Amino acid sequence: MAGREEAKKLGLTDVEYDEILKVLGREPNYLELNLYSVMWSEHCSYKNSKPVLKRFPTQGPQVLQGPGENAGIVDIGDNLAVAMKVESHNHPSAIEPYQGAATGAGGMIRDIFTMGARPIALLNSLRFGSLDNKRAKFLFEGAVAGIGDYGNAMGIPTVGGEVYFDDSYKENPLVNAMCVGIIRHDKIVRGKAAGVGNSVMVVGAATGRDGMHGASFASGELSDDNQDQGSPMQVGDPFKEKQLMEACLELLQKEWVVGVQDMGAAGVVSSTCETAARAGNGIELDVALVHQREKDMKPHEIMISESQERMLVIVEKGHEDDVKRIFEKWDLEAVKIGTVTDDGMLRILENGKLVGEVPAVSLAEGAPAVKRESKRPAYMDELNIDLSKIPVPADLNKILAQLLDLPNIASKAMVYRQFDQTSGTDTVVKPGSNAAVLRIKGTKKGIAISIDGYGYYCYLDPYEGGKQVVAEAARNLVVSGAKPLALTDGLNFGNPEKPEVFYQFEKCVEGISEACRHLDIPVISGNVSFYNEGKDSAVYPTPIIGMVGALDDVNKYCTMKFKKEGDVVVLLGENTDELGGSVYLKEILDVVAGPAPRLDIDLEKRIQTCCLKAIELGLVSSAHDINQGGLAVALAESCIASNLGFVGEIETDLRPDTLLFGEGQSRIILSLPEENLSVLNKLAEEIGVQVSVLGFVKSGSLKILVKQKEQVIGIIDTPVESITEIWNNAIKWRVEK
Amino acid sequence: MRCAVIKFAGTSGDGDCYHICKNILGQPTEYVFHKKTFAPQDFDLIILPGGASHGDYLRPGALAARSKVMNSILDAAKAQKCILGIGNGFQILLEAGLLPGAVLINKNLKFHCDDVFFRVENSDTPFTGLYKKGEVIRLNLACKYGNYYADSETIEQLKTKNKIILTYCDENGNPIKEANPVGSLENIAGIINSEGNILGLMPHPERCAEEILGNTDGLRIFKSILQYVEGGKVRGR
Repeated sequence: MAGREEAKKLGLTDVEYDEILKVLGREPNYLELNLYSVMWSEHCSYKNSKPVLKRFPTQGPQVLQGPGENAGIVDIGDNLAVAMKVESHNHPSAIEPYQGAATGAGGMIRDIFTMGARPIALLNSLRFGSLDNKRAKFLFEGAVAGIGDYGNAMGIPTVGGEVYFDDSYKENPLVNAMCVGIIRHDKIVRGKAAGVGNSVMVVGAATGRDGMHGASFASGELSDDNQDQGSPMQVGDPFKEKQLMEACLELLQKEWVVGVQDMGAAGVVSSTCETAARAGNGIELDVALVHQREKDMKPHEIMISESQERMLVIVEKGHEDDVKRIFEKWDLEAVKIGTVTDDGMLRILENGKLVGEVPAVSLAEGAPAVKRESKRPAYMDELNIDLSKIPVPADLNKILAQLLDLPNIASKAMVYRQFDQTSGTDTVVKPGSNAAVLRIKGTKKGIAISIDGYGYYCYLDPYEGGKQVVAEAARNLVVSGAKPLALTDGLNFGNPEKPEVFYQFEKCVEGISEACRHLDIPVISGNVSFYNEGKDSAVYPTPIIGMVGALDDVNKYCTMKFKKEGDVVVLLGENTDELGGSVYLKEILDVVAGPAPRLDIDLEKRIQTCCLKAIELGLVSSAHDINQGGLAVALAESCIASNLGFVGEIETDLRPDTLLFGEGQSRIILSLPEENLSVLNKLAEEIGVQVSVLGFVKSGSLKILVKQKEQVIGIIDTPVESITEIWNNAIKWRVEK
Repeated sequence: MRCAVIKFAGTSGDGDCYHICKNILGQPTEYVFHKKTFAPQDFDLIILPGGASHGDYLRPGALAARSKVMNSILDAAKAQKCILGIGNGFQILLEAGLLPGAVLINKNLKFHCDDVFFRVENSDTPFTGLYKKGEVIRLNLACKYGNYYADSETIEQLKTKNKIILTYCDENGNPIKEANPVGSLENIAGIINSEGNILGLMPHPERCAEEILGNTDGLRIFKSILQYVEGGKVRGR
């Protein structure tokens, strides 16, 4: 038997140990205690986050599968659906970025094909310390190569992503991967161990001692002590995963397959107890039957190992040899390890001898919820300062050049060129525009996918930041011509035991939920990663939103690049007097100060409706939302992408730097043939959106005259060629330095 | 034209090639699994697709070149059937000795995916008949091991016998070093065997063959083969 002291060593609290005693009516043995320790870790149980996550709207007529499965699934019409999920692999990537990021992508891909869907796209969202820092550079290059090599070898295109550098992520980078798959409605498979007497099988790679207690490792802060532990790391094998994917997709066509579950965190134990709990059943298994690649593995090691590229499959009794035949074709093993029972117990044998027995549902869902204390961080008030005292800079051209030279704004081509973006021959809009667009072969349809997150706004104001990230992800789909359908979230926060961190978490979730409700975009899957802490403080609160939208006619997609000289350039929405939270303040003037831009969600909805309608009507040549760096950077990006320029005069009562670099929300820049302007104006009026002409597309230079009462108060005038040079090379120069 | 698309273990570009032959060209097309065999007369075109067979373990293409299906491919090669290797398929052809030389890791040690410019060096082949010699085209490149290498004697032979088919170039057709993202000798991106029936290409023409994907420069590779096969040995102009 294993007592309270042992439980503590494994990371279980007194309350949790008492709960185990209550559930079992006896002391657990060492194996059982290990099972509880991994399953009741934050990573597996979401014990800190569950009560808060209940606020997410998760319903909608388009939702075919909401949270609680391996991935969420949303209807895109014509009997087709999209499976999607975001997941983090932050702690492993902090230690060994190549394998950490690679196995993160691998786990994500498994979650998608586990549902029966064929993965068609990968995206990623990456956060590192500033590139001046040697270790940050090492983590950045390693993670990019790792995530790239894995996806590339699998032949799944990486179609989008984002990279952001800030020293809050210096010790604890964030590596979030998203996978999207396509499936027919009638082919969806769920992770259920249904049907008493059915066979439980492990398929894929053999089990070793890698990744022991990986889930628990992810549920604590990184420290110098655990940086020395090699054991929680897993190693990826994309070739095996490719074979596993093909074998599973072939297997899942069979009507005698009952359920499938990826063996991710906490391996055999999580997949067995979760599938059993979902079906209200139990599972009896013999650990000796699990195929192993190391000698003398103990029962608890086999149960909690996180060896990669394995799946749990439940099939109707009598079809075990059929499973084996399919896996043999793909040079993989498949072994029966147990049976579905009706008593709700996860019963573990070793060579026929009982070694552990616990209620499956208590492992899967019984972790006592933790009510964390929440406190508004004091820094939030200190960051609201009077910005009017900041002098207006004389040389606005220089500011624009400095902004375009920031790794956070500059081209990320150096990153995404390392990803195969075109395998599968469905990528219509590649990385570097607002969102990726993919066609669906055999239909007229397309989907657009975005992934966004902005920890800095959330740091300044978690509630507004939470709203903003959903709005931005949706805006990126809308400007691509797609109607947003559903989202998946990756919530990356610090240590939830700190009341200030928990406050950030609660408020971000509140903001996300609010935006989801108003924009009618349900949350269908997600992941929470806590304990992302550096030496001195937590990372910026960083919710990542992955979103999918649909285009009824993929040919109507839109991109941000200007198309034609002479097109009129207009602003949908209004320029606001908001300088707080801007990149300009933070990174050029070194003023970390809010308030973060406010988001009027009703206005946002109208702007998006108007933009989508205008694209669908074919009025528009290009569309781009205004974001980090403000209006000037957005115009510059459209110029650089097209190698065309812009000339315009803007009358304003704002400071010129606020107008050019402020990051007020709910603004979209459209370019269109002038003859379409009156139709657009009428449409905007009907919807209740302001349209103002900014200028015209004209080759050569980016030229903006800012005027106040007929007086010129600011000038941007720069050859497109020179800003292109800066924007293209900012990251490359820093990495190669 | 009867097309075969080989599925090596771990190959991922098979579906893309199948799609072009079957849906875009409208030709009868079959997958051939690497554990199967076929007879030379079964197919007119045999495609070895791209995409990390065996995870690129050991050397890209090295393990796939030892697959059972390779015996059938060798027979088809002897029977003068058209064989097209793309990306990893090119590497398999090199490893199988059907084409001379080898590939190294890209000069910057990184995977490189981008649309880049190529010059068609020889249009008198079954694969390039619909291009003009010297024509500059744009194709998608997506590889980590695209850095073609051979000893100087082999390079000399390729050059004198006109067996270099595609080279990296700038948009004006200049074969400059800066236009070559992988570091291959002589900017080589594609070569053909001395009999002229086996082509290996580093870029992916199958990814650039449809309007919706923004580039159709690659389609003429497939159409050239179709014309060659259907038109009875008529080679390009």
